[in-house]
Order: sequence, then C-alpha cells, then structure tokens
Amino acid sequence: MLGLALLAAALLSVGVGSTEIPVGRALSALFGDGDPVERAILVELRLPRAILALAVGAMLGLSGAVLQGYLRNPLAEPSVLGTSNGAALGAVAALYFGLADLHPAMLPLLGISGALLSLILLLLLTRRSESALSIILAGIAVATLAGAGISLALNLSPNPFAAMEITSWLLGSLEDRSFRHVWLALPCLALGVLLLAGQGRALDALSLGEDAAASMGVDLRRMRLRLLLGLSVGVGGAVAVTGAIGFVGLIVPHLVRPYTDRSPSAILWPSAIAGAALLALADVAVRVIPSTNELKLGVVTAFLGVPVFLAHLLRERRLW
Amino acid sequence: MVSLATENLGVRLGGREVLGGLSTQLPAGLLVGVLGPNGAGKSSFLKALAGLLPHAGRVLLDGAPLAHMPRAEVARRIAYLPQGQTLHWPLAVERLVGLGRLPHLAPLSRIADSDRAAIERAMRRTDVAHLAQRTATELSGGERARVLLARALAVEAPVLLADEPLTSLDPAHQIEGMEILRDEARAGALVVAVMHDLALAYRYCDRILLLDRGRLVAEGPAGDVLTPGNLAEVYAISAFYGPPAERLLVPLDRLR
Repeated sequence: MLGLALLAAALLSVGVGSTEIPVGRALSALFGDGDPVERAILVELRLPRAILALAVGAMLGLSGAVLQGYLRNPLAEPSVLGTSNGAALGAVAALYFGLADLHPAMLPLLGISGALLSLILLLLLTRRSESALSIILAGIAVATLAGAGISLALNLSPNPFAAMEITSWLLGSLEDRSFRHVWLALPCLALGVLLLAGQGRALDALSLGEDAAASMGVDLRRMRLRLLLGLSVGVGGAVAVTGAIGFVGLIVPHLVRPYTDRSPSAILWPSAIAGAALLALADVAVRVIPSTNELKLGVVTAFLGVPVFLAHLLRERRLW
Repeated sequence: MVSLATENLGVRLGGREVLGGLSTQLPAGLLVGVLGPNGAGKSSFLKALAGLLPHAGRVLLDGAPLAHMPRAEVARRIAYLPQGQTLHWPLAVERLVGLGRLPHLAPLSRIADSDRAAIERAMRRTDVAHLAQRTATELSGGERARVLLARALAVEAPVLLADEPLTSLDPAHQIEGMEILRDEARAGALVVAVMHDLALAYRYCDRILLLDRGRLVAEGPAGDVLTPGNLAEVYAISAFYGPPAERLLVPLDRLR
C-alpha cells in the first residue's frame, strides 16, 4: 500500500503543474521526440522537483523514525539536533551577505557547511557522555544558538525586502529547484541514509534502556557517532536545498507505527517511504491550490500534517 | 565451565568511590546473592561484572580480562537484567523476549528456528507464554518483571546477572523466580542476583556476597554470612532463625 502511495505521489508530482500536459504528450516529450517546451517543463522543472520531494521526504521520515527510536521519545524530530537550524543559518547567511546572488550553488553549499558546523559543535558538547539525554540538551543549545543567529540576520537586515527574502526561504519550498540542487542534495541524503541503515537492531535493543542495550552488545558510543553524522549530513543537506520543512519527521513515524509491531526497527523504512510520498503529495498540493503567491511547502506540510496527526492520535487513544 | 572473578575491583561514580578492593571468585553452577543496604554498591558491582562500567582492577571471564573482550562476545556470554523494568515502546511480549536473541543474530540475518525455540523456552520458564501477544507496557508490574526476566533468559548465556529481579512480584512468583534462578544454576550457569529479601536469599542462595559502603564484608554460604553479628553490623537489625535444616530467617527489629 505504501509502495502504491509512493508511485502515485511520484506520478502526480511529475504530471501536475501550472501547465497542463496530457499523459501521451508527456511520455513522448520524456522519451525524445515531442514539444521541446513541454520537454523542458517536465525534465528541467518538474523532474528535479519530484526527485527532491521524494528524496528529502524520505530522509525526513527516516530521520524522525531513527531519532524517536534512539532518544526513546515520541516527540523527537530531526530538528532537535540543531543541525537543521544550523543549515538554515548557513543559508540565511548566504542570503544576508548577498552571496546567494553570486552563484546558485552558494546557498545550499553554505547551508551544508552550517549543518556540519553545528554537528561539530554538537559532538564537542556531547563528547564526554554516552547517554541520549545529553544529545537532546546539547541539540537544544545548538538549535537555539543557530536560531538566534537567524533572528540576528532578520534583525539587522538592511531593508524589508531582504528580511522578506530570508523569511520566505525559511518557510521551505521546492519551487524552481533544478538538477544542480539535486546533485548537491543527493550525495548528502545518500550518505545520511547509508549511515542510518543497519541501526534497526541497536535501536530495538535501546527500547530496554541503555544498560540493557550495552549488555546485548550495542556499542553506544559508536552508534551515537554514526547516527549523529547520518542525521546531520542527511537533514542538513535536505534543509540546505529546500529550507525548513517541519512536521514530516515528527508525524510520519506516528502514522506508520500502528501498522507495524511498534518496534523502532520496524518503522524505519516504512517511515522513509511514507515521508517521500507525503512530501511529494504536499508539493503537488502547493501547485494545485490556487493562490496569488505560490504557497510554501513548509506551510502546507504543517496544515496538512497536523490535522492528520491529531485525528490519528485521537483514533489511537494514546499519545504514542 | 564458566567462571567470573574480580581482582581488586573498584568503581568510581561522579568522583566518589562506590566500590573498592573487591576480590572474589564465582564458579559455575552457583546461585550467588548480592546483598547489602541501599547504596552499598550492589548494582555497581553487577554492572562492573557485566562490563558496563569503567573500573579499576580486573574482571575476569574464564580467566580473560573482560575489558579487552569485544562487546558482542561478552553479550553472548553474559546476560544482564537491569534494575527498574525499563521499557520505552509498547512492544508485544513475544517481540520483547525475542530481543534477548539479538547478541546471537548475525548482521542482516533473520531470526532462526533455534532462536524461536529459545524464546519459547524462556517464556515457558517464567510462566508468560500465555501473554505472548499482549502489549508489554500494559501488563501488571509482576507480569512485566517476569517478561523482562524471560528476555534475559532468552539470551541463554552461561552467566546471568540479575539486578533485583523479584521486585513487584507476589510471594508465589517470588518463590518461582528464585526457583528459576536456582534451576539455571543447577543446569550449570553462574547466576548472580542482587536482592533485598533476606529470607529468600537465606533459603535459596548457594553463596552470599554481603556488601556495605562499597566493601565486601562477608562471603560464603548463607548460614556463614547472614549471621546475627553481620546483620547487626551491616543492616542494624535482628532476625529470627529457624532450625538449621529449615534454612529459615525472618528479619525482626531495628537495633539502636
């Protein structure tokens, strides 16, 4: 069922947009002959956008599932590590100092650097401990610091238009993303997924607490390093390209969990798939909902996600 | 046959010495009770035996220092049941007990028939087989304690370290718990259990380690360790003793 949803989301994501292109013409445009304008729309505009939506959504869903399992907290979501704020700060710096205008790759590159810097700070802060709780605290500190940096940029922005540019970037969007963005984000996302894969059993063991997990052969220190790296690089790469897209990482694991045996390992890949489908569908919604300014993706995921989330919680009659 | 030994074992937590100069030899086939007042260092001792705490001195598993052994190997040879019934997700009982097989699973392999048999054995031993499909977080405290004990038994390791496995069990299940631990020892395992119940320890344990303020006060058969003198010194209590053949001890009054 998840697979079907994913397929539908992917097809809609390529097929729907402000220009209507019938299926037959779309296929012929994709495979060589056909109208060059339609081909350009499909390949240059919609395809990268669809790929990014799927990849970023998968990363956010997976990260949320991993973090909830690792921190053993149903409220955890990728932004608690502070690296998404770090990435946002990097991107905001690019906008603030006008570096973004020098080259289109500057903004995501600075975003990724921001994520890595905040990861280094996080690792320095949690160097001496093995516990997951210290990560939450250090993550909040890093996130708050980066958040303060963003506020500072808004505070000092020379004119309302600059502030507007920063704010609207922060809302998160996949508008006008090209294959250049895809090539920047994909390596980060792939590395993130690679590092997070194969941690399911260790996460399961952690559901009995850290001592029990260690006694079952889990190397807590190595596991933490691996998860932190994977999450920061992956989420940082995603935020650097799309801006902050909230709620996907928080909600998706909760939506998926009732259909599994509720162990942390069982929700990892379903969360990735559901995250991809959800974000791609939200991006389709962005395009079809009529509005004067195009709606921002982060806004739509929040409006779409929260009611679904609440309905789901009420139906489950428990908070996790 | 498995054996655990400590040489001059010391543990510091938060700059304070919680355990010091502890040397002992624990051979297979024994049910060892670790007793002592709150804060005596019992749990730290057990964690150090499991290789979970940085320590001074040495812990030897079959003569080899535990500190140099790969984590995965220790996990297959020492099962550890922590204090406090921690369980963070609402897993089904069978799934939870199955976590005990994690040390035996190779990466990417699926759970095998032998694992499933071990899970079933462990659930039968602790009398939780009928709860297999229930959600563990919705069980009573006693049921949950038995399920978590089953998780530790499912490891089927030659050493079982249990930190207060009997808390929140009713008398019948407490006695059953002691019987399970004793049977494990009879079957050739080394079982070390932190306990508070003097009567059960006196009755069931083959050997008692009595700790007080981080030191090993006395060690030996229950009759030699839980003497009126030691109880007065360590717990400041008196006790009633039944006839020697009955192995009966009832704590009575506070001294002073």
